[in-house]
Amino acid sequence: MNEHAGRASEAGRAEPLLAANGLGVRRDGRWLIHDVNLKVRPREILSIVGPNGGGKTTLIRTLLGIEAASAGQVVRRAGLKLGYVPQRLTIDRTLPLTVARLMTLTRRVRRADLLAALGETGVAHLIDAGVQQLSGGEFQRVLIARALLGRPDLLMLDEPVQSVDFGGQVELYRLIAGLRERLGCGIVLVSHDLHVVMRETDRVVCLSGHVCCTGVPHDVQHHPEYLRLFGPRASEALALYTHEHDHSHDPAGEVIHHHPRNRTKAETAR
Amino acid sequence: MLDDFFYRAIIAGIGVALVAGPLGCFIVWRRMAYFGDTTAHAALLGVAFGFLAGIGPTVGVFVVTLLVALLLIGLLRLARIGGDTVLGILSHSALAIGLVVLAFMAWVRIDLIGYLFGDVLAVGRVDLYFIWGGGVVALGLLAAIWRPLVALTVDRDLARAEGVRAGLVELVYMLLIALVVAIAMKIVGVLLVTALLIIPAAAARSFAVTPEGMAAWAAAFGALAVIGGLNASLTWDTPAGPSIVVVAFVLFLAAGILSRLVEVWQQRARSDLP
Repeated sequence: MNEHAGRASEAGRAEPLLAANGLGVRRDGRWLIHDVNLKVRPREILSIVGPNGGGKTTLIRTLLGIEAASAGQVVRRAGLKLGYVPQRLTIDRTLPLTVARLMTLTRRVRRADLLAALGETGVAHLIDAGVQQLSGGEFQRVLIARALLGRPDLLMLDEPVQSVDFGGQVELYRLIAGLRERLGCGIVLVSHDLHVVMRETDRVVCLSGHVCCTGVPHDVQHHPEYLRLFGPRASEALALYTHEHDHSHDPAGEVIHHHPRNRTKAETAR
Repeated sequence: MLDDFFYRAIIAGIGVALVAGPLGCFIVWRRMAYFGDTTAHAALLGVAFGFLAGIGPTVGVFVVTLLVALLLIGLLRLARIGGDTVLGILSHSALAIGLVVLAFMAWVRIDLIGYLFGDVLAVGRVDLYFIWGGGVVALGLLAAIWRPLVALTVDRDLARAEGVRAGLVELVYMLLIALVVAIAMKIVGVLLVTALLIIPAAAARSFAVTPEGMAAWAAAFGALAVIGGLNASLTWDTPAGPSIVVVAFVLFLAAGILSRLVEVWQQRARSDLP
């Protein structure tokens, strides 16, 4: 825990890699996300948690520049190189594709560099395999290796462990955490679980349309109940996040503040 | 050689097949077979437009096909009914409207059957220059957008996050479909254009491990279908365009059966290992 705190304060002084200022995305008359403020500092690991439909993927897409912001803006550090690891891709059966070709979709790379990147994530032996034959865990490792090819300053991963069995999840989290140490990049990670995040996470942002709360995760080891639930290996890779909200949401996702007058989302957006 | 109608037909057909195969791969990968069919059927309207505007049928087809393709994309986004239904409605409506409009234009005498099923044996020198000129331009454009278009086909978000300009690349792709429909119409006609795009590509699937390999195989299968179809047409006096499509279909079946047999044989060889 101390080690984390030390790193965070050191990172706090540096210019952020990426910042969202009052970010909002409005589609079909509905705010998918609104008033989102966040900063990612060099070497920081930020986990985004939140309910389904809370706008986690919209936020990632907007930070990447795929989705246009309707309000506020995304500020990137000059010359920032982003690496993106999408949720598991579904690749049509009619499209023949090897791992090597998937790696070189948008850039030409020498085979030696491909092998090096795949080696970083432990799947160099799969370089000539067809992508349709990969398991969930193998596919994620290939996608991470793919993102590493661009030598990113910031790696963005959307639910990277979702389609992986529990043992594989622990391994994958250890791999991702190791990337910060080896490559010195910042990491933004969307977590598929509301309460469990990667252990090395420096800061958690809970998103449900807007940022509901933000904080630091707690060690699983202090919670014997969770330790029992996830097994002894859980503490190697996972940490808990306890939410502290000052408001709740109605079934439509509208904010209900814990004070007399209920404000609508449109009002809060202003 | 260009003086012989048969060789002109073969050279024209191969010219079209070489670009239709690779382009057809994208139609297969992106599941746009019905989309291709709809734009091709709209080509008949292009013929009418070409005569009306005095720009000739080929240019008319290119312009109208491109407009219809772009219109379709917008319509598919807005429609409240399923995309396949929209395309089903428009595919046949476009064909019917084209036929009706042409019937109104009593002052132009056109060979309707030739437009519907192609008239490759009547290809003249000028047509040949059009086909190969258009084919070379189409192949050049396809080569230029190949990598980004493959990336967009695999995953649009991923490609866009990595800097691919999706709008521009997909616009050029629509332009290519219109261009290929315009030049392929002469060979197999508007009703069978899609066949020349998707059958060689589908036949190529089991022989390729990369997108580029599949494109090469599709071009080869298309050229083979043209040579086989035209020879069959000459031998048995069958209509040329449909004969090419029949041969393409036979190649597709043969390719499917062959790759199945190879698979079974490989599995057996593996299980025979000590």
